[in-house]
Amino acid sequence: MSQVLDPPPPTQASAQAAPAPAPAQDDLAALAARHGLTVSGARPSLPEYVRRLWARRHFIGAFSTAKLTAQYSQAKLGQVWQVMTPLLNAAVYYFIFGLLMNTSRGVEDFVPFLVTGVFVWTFTQSSIMAGTRAISGNLGLVRALHFPRAALPVSFCLQQLQQLLFSMGALVLILLAFGVPPGLSWVLAVPALALQFVFNTGLAMIMARVGSKIPDMAQLMPFLLRTWMYASGVMFSIHHMTGPDSGVPSWVGPLLQVNPAVVYIDLMRFALIDSFGGDMLPAHVWALALGWALVAGIGGFIYFWKAEETYGRG
Amino acid sequence: MADNTPAERVPTVIADGVDIVYRVNGTGAGRGSATAALNRILRRGKTEKAAGVRRVHAVKNVSFVAYRGEAIGLIGTNGSGKSTLLKAVAGLLPVENGRIYTDGQPSLLGVNAALMNDLTGERNVYLGGLAMGMSRAQIKERYQEIVDFSGINDKGDFITLPMRTYSSGMAARLRFSIAAAKDHDVLLVDEALATGDRSFQKRSEERIRELRKHAGTVFLVSHSNKSIRDTCDRVLWLERGELRMDGPTDEVLKEYEKFTGGPAKAPAPKAAAPTPQAKPAPPAAPKAPAGV
Repeated sequence: MSQVLDPPPPTQASAQAAPAPAPAQDDLAALAARHGLTVSGARPSLPEYVRRLWARRHFIGAFSTAKLTAQYSQAKLGQVWQVMTPLLNAAVYYFIFGLLMNTSRGVEDFVPFLVTGVFVWTFTQSSIMAGTRAISGNLGLVRALHFPRAALPVSFCLQQLQQLLFSMGALVLILLAFGVPPGLSWVLAVPALALQFVFNTGLAMIMARVGSKIPDMAQLMPFLLRTWMYASGVMFSIHHMTGPDSGVPSWVGPLLQVNPAVVYIDLMRFALIDSFGGDMLPAHVWALALGWALVAGIGGFIYFWKAEETYGRG
Repeated sequence: MADNTPAERVPTVIADGVDIVYRVNGTGAGRGSATAALNRILRRGKTEKAAGVRRVHAVKNVSFVAYRGEAIGLIGTNGSGKSTLLKAVAGLLPVENGRIYTDGQPSLLGVNAALMNDLTGERNVYLGGLAMGMSRAQIKERYQEIVDFSGINDKGDFITLPMRTYSSGMAARLRFSIAAAKDHDVLLVDEALATGDRSFQKRSEERIRELRKHAGTVFLVSHSNKSIRDTCDRVLWLERGELRMDGPTDEVLKEYEKFTGGPAKAPAPKAAAPTPQAKPAPPAAPKAPAGV
């Protein structure tokens, strides 16, 4: 099915019209070298790539904010939806898991526990989904303008971070409404979020490269992500489920708690909810959080950069 | 203009045996049916043809050298690979074989893809400027100029309304004004820029001429032989992805006009293969979404 066309018949015109017959290939390369011309669209070195990405930081910021604003610009309530959407989300989860299925057994402050889990998980989930479509859904942009392509996944993750900050605002309201006292430990939410953002961005860059080669990933990801969510203790307490008197083999708990999603969710719960004590955290939780962030962040960035020059091929 | 003394002049763009191939998924026999798709996946890695990936050879073995100060027109019938070649020169499409060397970073004139219809014109000016690599300060400095040039505010304060509320002409004018706000080393202009009303077209032609003065080399893709004649001193004629002619504007356009004038009077397409006039225009190769 390859579209091989007949070559156009040679005409006299083409023979006589080329005033300077194209020099041999070596000559062209040599000519380019002599005048210091560089290969168009070649992948820059890693430090150079970082430098260029940094130079585009204003674009990254403006693009993510623009996307965020554009999202609800047609709605009558406008930007109110930034807060309404997470609140409604939390209400639905509370209705299903809190009231109907009664998963709350044994968990103190179940509503704050659940809502924190949902918001923090949604941050990771939507960053990864946005990353998957970052290149494949923006081919027009990739094919029209020059910028380090990593700007796209980073910018989408930044958009999700901004979205999360709105959610966190809603979360504070919920916490206060359910009688969770504000405390100094709330400050810990900042480093936890920062690490999670790096982790998300790394994963988003990996998925951006995969998604640019295999567009089908966008169809597959929701299922993978849902599976991941159910394994991450978003709506239930892994600590309680795998505790000493649960009958589950003792190695299952620590194994589940290495899961980066669990690490970031539990850190946030630990920071915000008083009754979620340090004993419920996985062992070496900050080291895990930092480790996951570095592995995903640096690994994802390098993996994405390696294919920089191929983004945009149809 | 394209004389025989390339050694004395400074080349800005060198295309060295360039091939560009698009791969399109999910075409071919049995497209859409589930078994065909499964078959494609299972046989991936064998031949692309069997896997249902269709290869479109959009540009074939094109070589040329462009020098500083030249304005080069790209002509050819629809689907002949002009825009594709332009994108490759800009480094936006990877080449299959060969190399393209450039002096600095050639840029396509156009920012459509970066703009968002739900945002106000004002925010789009900033967004578009940043997307082209301008700094905030540069945009601030040129902001009024951009808005005035677009003429958006001539009929009221439209710049603070979302772009989706603009008429298509207004939106096109703003897009051009943003795109033309930046100076480029090697400037690539795709057709379709002649938008807006008569007075705006005049202004934009003027602006392109101005940009030309600042740019080292200009490439112009156009179907208007008149605008090619007005702006270019050298023309590359692409036909079916192959470089058919490369020479002074007058010579090439004369041949091209003969060629395009031909098919209407020509006999049945397949009857007389040897004569160029008998060939119908090639089927349009799938184009990348125009980024201009």
